Amino acid sequence: MNNPDTHSGVTNAKLGVWLFLASEIMLFATLFTSYIVLRMASTSWPWGWDVLNVPLATLNTVILISSSVTIVMAYAKAYDKDKAGFQKWMAATILLSLGFLVVKAFEYGAEFKLGIGPHTSVFYAIYFTMTGLHGIHILGGIAVNAGLLYMSSVDEHWANPLFLGRVEGAGLYWHFVDIVWIFLFPALYLL
Amino acid sequence: MAHDEHAHGGHELSFMERYVFSVDHKVIGLQYLITSFIFLLVGFALMGLMRWQLAFPGTPIPFFGGLFPSDLAPNGVMSGEFYNSLGAMHGTIMVFLGVVPLAVGAYGNYVLPLQIGAPDMAFPRMNMMSYWTYLPGGILMLASFLMPGGAAQSGWTSYPPLSIINPGQTVWLLSMVILITSSLLGAINFLVTTINMRAPGMSLWRLPVFVWAQFVTSVLLLLAFPPLEAASVLQLMDRVFHTSFYLPKDLVILGQAYAGSGGGQPLLWQHLFWFLAHPEVYVLVLPPMGIVAEIIANNTRKPLHGYKTMVFSMIAIGLMSFMVWAHHMFISGMSASLSNFFLVTTMIISVPSVALMTCLVFSLKGGSIRFNVPMLFALAFIPLFAIGGLTGLPLGLTVTDIYLHDTYYVIGHFHFVVVSGSIIALMGGTYYWFPKWYGRKMNDTLGRIHFWGTTTTMVGIFLPMLFMGLGGASRRLYDPTAQLHNLPVQGWNVVATYSAYLLALFQIPFIYNFFNSMWNGEKTPENPWQATTLEWACPSPPPHGNFEKTPTVYRGPYEYSVPGRKTDFWMQTDKN
Ligand code: HEM
Ligand SMILES: [Cu+2]
Repeated sequence: MNNPDTHSGVTNAKLGVWLFLASEIMLFATLFTSYIVLRMASTSWPWGWDVLNVPLATLNTVILISSSVTIVMAYAKAYDKDKAGFQKWMAATILLSLGFLVVKAFEYGAEFKLGIGPHTSVFYAIYFTMTGLHGIHILGGIAVNAGLLYMSSVDEHWANPLFLGRVEGAGLYWHFVDIVWIFLFPALYLL
Repeated sequence: MAHDEHAHGGHELSFMERYVFSVDHKVIGLQYLITSFIFLLVGFALMGLMRWQLAFPGTPIPFFGGLFPSDLAPNGVMSGEFYNSLGAMHGTIMVFLGVVPLAVGAYGNYVLPLQIGAPDMAFPRMNMMSYWTYLPGGILMLASFLMPGGAAQSGWTSYPPLSIINPGQTVWLLSMVILITSSLLGAINFLVTTINMRAPGMSLWRLPVFVWAQFVTSVLLLLAFPPLEAASVLQLMDRVFHTSFYLPKDLVILGQAYAGSGGGQPLLWQHLFWFLAHPEVYVLVLPPMGIVAEIIANNTRKPLHGYKTMVFSMIAIGLMSFMVWAHHMFISGMSASLSNFFLVTTMIISVPSVALMTCLVFSLKGGSIRFNVPMLFALAFIPLFAIGGLTGLPLGLTVTDIYLHDTYYVIGHFHFVVVSGSIIALMGGTYYWFPKWYGRKMNDTLGRIHFWGTTTTMVGIFLPMLFMGLGGASRRLYDPTAQLHNLPVQGWNVVATYSAYLLALFQIPFIYNFFNSMWNGEKTPENPWQATTLEWACPSPPPHGNFEKTPTVYRGPYEYSVPGRKTDFWMQTDKN
């Protein structure tokens, strides 16, 4: 039932992930639209680089892009049924994503210390909301990737053709989370 | 994923696995069915209380008045705040916990996999999770009545700034986010199932109209709900973290300057809300239309008129429904060119809607109609839903909407659509598919009593609303008699209220009939209606896995009365 010999030629799991991402695109598109509307209507909107920490965000951009590369490597290794290789690259991906969250926590911490929070202004409201939601998505990704890493230690899963599909799904999701950041970074920090 | 779910065929399922945490689409469908019918009753009960206040403002609620705490109903008389809570919760419960789960969660879940010849949904475990997020979300919504401050008071539309100031809204928002998650899980499942799991030979043009309706509906749910989710998150931020996404600068509440930063946009919420809520209207309407199409084809004993027209109309409606949302906001101060845009798109979307209805009417022409209970409901759907649809046109035209906006006319209009339209069709669906669910038929006489009682009292409720609205009565009024200009139409409120109570009475034969027939109904064969679609090509009720062997499909869904054949129906699975 779950073999690729379905009507569309795409497995159920992969189709499901794509549809899920379609709904996620609508979610973030709505937030970006709200951002544009609020900014256009606002009389005072700060420049992102004046008030936010661009170097830290740049570092985070580099971290996330690297993690996109490592997860592709993990998938390639899983494809070759190279267990050790998969585990190495997946662990690297998870470490990078944790690094992203640590950097983000430093940023938030510095802002809170100055008494700045979501209530400060609409700019900060949208900044905290969007980066916060994105952070939750990162957390979700870490959970999924860690789950796969754990599964990979059980040989039985390697015999299951669905395992590779799951790794691929996780990879698709991770790329999506990266792409959201690629839009968030300029929108909030640079424009 | 699907495979290991079926692997446990080997061991005996426990009671919990079979009836509570079941992964079988049929059990989940029936769980949705019962739960959403209960929520419909709850939503109806809330309205029953409100109707008393509307007909006899300021008088104690009979029988139940004393049961409420005195801050809600001092001396049994409903307070204004309580009225507002009841209204907001009625709308929310009816739409998100009643009709949609019934149309999609129940009928879609049970019937769609059968009609495409699949053994189950694509993701059975996700299907179970969808129900088990819906139920807690719904209970949380209801429980908000018991929380400090009570339930939400800002209407099902939750417009800011009121919704940000009023108590109760936080729980409303949380349960909405949970319910949205549930319906996203469902939508993904329906889409993957329809795309991937069709039986051999079941090409797209052989899908029953009902499956197409569910498919388009799922696309709408998938793409329209996330914006409301985002909008709800922003409103939650406003309430919990005191942001000002929806609050303007220098807001003054009861003489007090609001402490937040301000600088937000109240209208942003309205746009985001209606971007979901207009497509949502079609979520409420398309699956019931699909049901009506199935029943009509079956009981006219001839192919549907314009099957492809119907499918293309539904697809067109699906696409267009994302481009009409601001017709709910004509008087919010938007520019004339923008109103004109939405006026035009609204008129355009009414074309495929009328096409659908026309196809249904033409399908009757020349048929030898069997007037059984499901067919009575399907037939009543056509004129009643048409009233709902046609009364919508003046709301889509800016000139007339300026007068009609926020009057009882609007309430009358959409209740004709969702109550005497959708709910009538959904009730018909129960009579139609009951033999499949339980291998027994519902009682005919009780069905007819239920039918005539329900349709006439519904008209008795909603026609007066149209009159009151035309007379200038506003919606969401706690005490209609407080305004002199409402007095001439106040009599209609009394008519509507008594009709509503009669409507409640007429549901008793239905409820009794449903449960009684489960055990005592007349036993029926596999295909009692002599229908052509696949759900009738398996035992009733279908076993786990549905079909003994995967069916092969040879023809379109409605091959009735084909000349030269002995029987007047030609099942999709019959080779010759
Ligand atoms: C037959 C049973 C029903 C009756 C008697 C009824 C009656 C009413 C009345 C009188 C109002 C106006 C409240 C006001 O002016 O404050 C109302 C509002 C509403 N109803 Fe119903 N209704 C019924 C069923 C439904 C169903 C099945 C749905 C949806 C699927 C629904 C959705 C709504 C909505 C969305 C509102 C607007 C609530 C708001 O103002 O936020 N109703 N109903
Ligand atoms: Cu609309």
